[in-house]
Amino acid sequence: MNKIENNKAWFFVIPVFVVVAFSAVIPLMTVVNYSVQDIFGANSTFWTGTEWYRQMLRDPDLQAALLRQFAFSFAILAIEVPLGIGIALLMPKKGWAASAALVLVAMPLLIPLNVVGTIWQILARTDIGLLGWSLSSIGVDYNINANAADAWFTIILMDVWHWTPLIALLSYSGLRAIPDAYYQAARIDRASRWAVFRYIQLPKLSNVLVIGVLLRFMDSFMIYAEPFVLTGGGPGSSTTFLSQALTTMAVGQFDLGPAAAFSIIYFLIILAVSWVFYTAIMNAQKDKSAQQ
Amino acid sequence: MAEITLKTLAHSYSKNPSGPEDYAIRKMEHVWAQGGAYALLGPSGCGKSTLLNIISGLVTPSEGDVLFDGKRMNELPPEKRNIAQVFQFPVIYDTMTVYDNLAFPLRNQGGFSEEQIRTKVHEVADVLELSGELSRKAKGLSADQKQKVSMGRGLVREDVTAILFDEPLTVIDPQLKWRLRRKLKQIHERFDITMVYVTHDQLEASTFADKIALMYEGQIVQFGTPQELFERPAHTFVGYFIGSPGMNFFEPRLTDEGLMFNGKVIPVSDQVLAKVRSSGSDNIKLGIRPEFVTLGAEATDQRYEVTVTGVEDLGTYRLVDVEFGAVTVKVRIPEDQPVPSDAASIGFPEPWLKVYVDERLVEADHE
Repeated sequence: MNKIENNKAWFFVIPVFVVVAFSAVIPLMTVVNYSVQDIFGANSTFWTGTEWYRQMLRDPDLQAALLRQFAFSFAILAIEVPLGIGIALLMPKKGWAASAALVLVAMPLLIPLNVVGTIWQILARTDIGLLGWSLSSIGVDYNINANAADAWFTIILMDVWHWTPLIALLSYSGLRAIPDAYYQAARIDRASRWAVFRYIQLPKLSNVLVIGVLLRFMDSFMIYAEPFVLTGGGPGSSTTFLSQALTTMAVGQFDLGPAAAFSIIYFLIILAVSWVFYTAIMNAQKDKSAQQ
Repeated sequence: MAEITLKTLAHSYSKNPSGPEDYAIRKMEHVWAQGGAYALLGPSGCGKSTLLNIISGLVTPSEGDVLFDGKRMNELPPEKRNIAQVFQFPVIYDTMTVYDNLAFPLRNQGGFSEEQIRTKVHEVADVLELSGELSRKAKGLSADQKQKVSMGRGLVREDVTAILFDEPLTVIDPQLKWRLRRKLKQIHERFDITMVYVTHDQLEASTFADKIALMYEGQIVQFGTPQELFERPAHTFVGYFIGSPGMNFFEPRLTDEGLMFNGKVIPVSDQVLAKVRSSGSDNIKLGIRPEFVTLGAEATDQRYEVTVTGVEDLGTYRLVDVEFGAVTVKVRIPEDQPVPSDAASIGFPEPWLKVYVDERLVEADHE
């Protein structure tokens, strides 16, 4: 066997290498660089080691934001996943109604994030907004700028409105992929509607739901524009999520060192949670087929 | 117990069928007797799956009736018909164990204690040789085991009187096919259940079934034992479809002397000839299976001159192509019989030469 040493082939990898370097490696390393130093000017930097990290982990404001962030992500997942599946089950299966339903359901997904925030900000106004005005006129003391519960309610409602369609569309495509024979066999086995859902539809949806839950978790964990436009993080800091806390620190106060350390922590949390979640589900699925 | 009767049944998938070509099932009468093992054989697209789905209730026929023991079933949904169906691709409930899969129909039906369910599931698992797999997740089973599980879900139900199979062996490995087919046969003998087995494979049909219904263009063209289908094809399509290779056909001319082909009269019985004459049709065909054509050296009165154009050696037998007038006739001969090199003769033993008018068999009346 003659092994051909063709080093020229490496040249073809260069473009990808350059793109990845500029889009990921260099920015990330810059952040790492900031996170371990205190930088005053071009030539005056001080090595701080893990000091920023320790400071960030101890910061009560950030701890509160992190808790809030988890609460928000789990709340919207708990609502969007069942609701999305429900919508997918109700969507028409064929004909023009199916296309119409698809377009209607997909609509919120096409709206830019800050526009979504603006839409809901207007909706929530008690003088001209449909939601705010309706609630006020039936006697509810609704004010997202004064009442934290109202702010949370509105943000969650906004996210559910914006992103449930993603789960619905994924589930819809998963449902369409189930062969008719499954439903026919279930009829012959006299399965109830619930049993069909529990033993046919849900298991067949598990794969798309893994993707849906992961996407929604990561996205909601990084949510920024919508709450920023809607509540500005308030009232107080009751709706200040991690990314907004980070932006305030990095851009508002220009504390680049702590902000960089915090970014890295933030990134690792998302990575860790996604990994744990993904492995858990994959293991659960492997168990089912492991006995082969 | 169920005798399944199809009465003036027809089905079209279009709302306003304008001609026979719009019908997946053309007007037919048929009876599947209680406890029989039947095959529904035909090429792809001949309507056999439609017919099966009409019997199971997944499709409602547009015309005619489906009767179970004389009771009209048309409007009854599948869950009320006491039938089970096994599909082309195994349908199992992935997240359940084999045991729960088999128990599923009983639990849905209700009224059974867990004890009764266990007895029944174990009994069926025993027959299907699935006893060792009961606690496994069904998802991890091999294709043939999955297919057995889907069949088992039909067998556990005491009220099931018929099991319909829709090409159940499609995804099974060849060597396992044979075993599963035998299993089906055993099950049929053990349980008093009517079985209808849809396939396009004649070998599968003839090993499984006591009687085969051969479908062509939405109609059952012949219903009989495998032997009958082979020896007395009632329709030219049966001759062509059954056998490997299919029947030889050639079109003789009807003259005053009889049926002429290639300058010679080919003798058929007087009674048949009379029937052919009275039919007034000019679509006349003679058919004979390659197995029954005799091959020899010289032409005589009863033998016809041909030219050998090709020989195929298929291991246990040979297939000889001979040119007879404008048509090529295939002759199947034993491995050890010599093949004349060039000029040869063929003969058509009288009982095996069949006459078809308008594609249908014409025979002398039996006394």
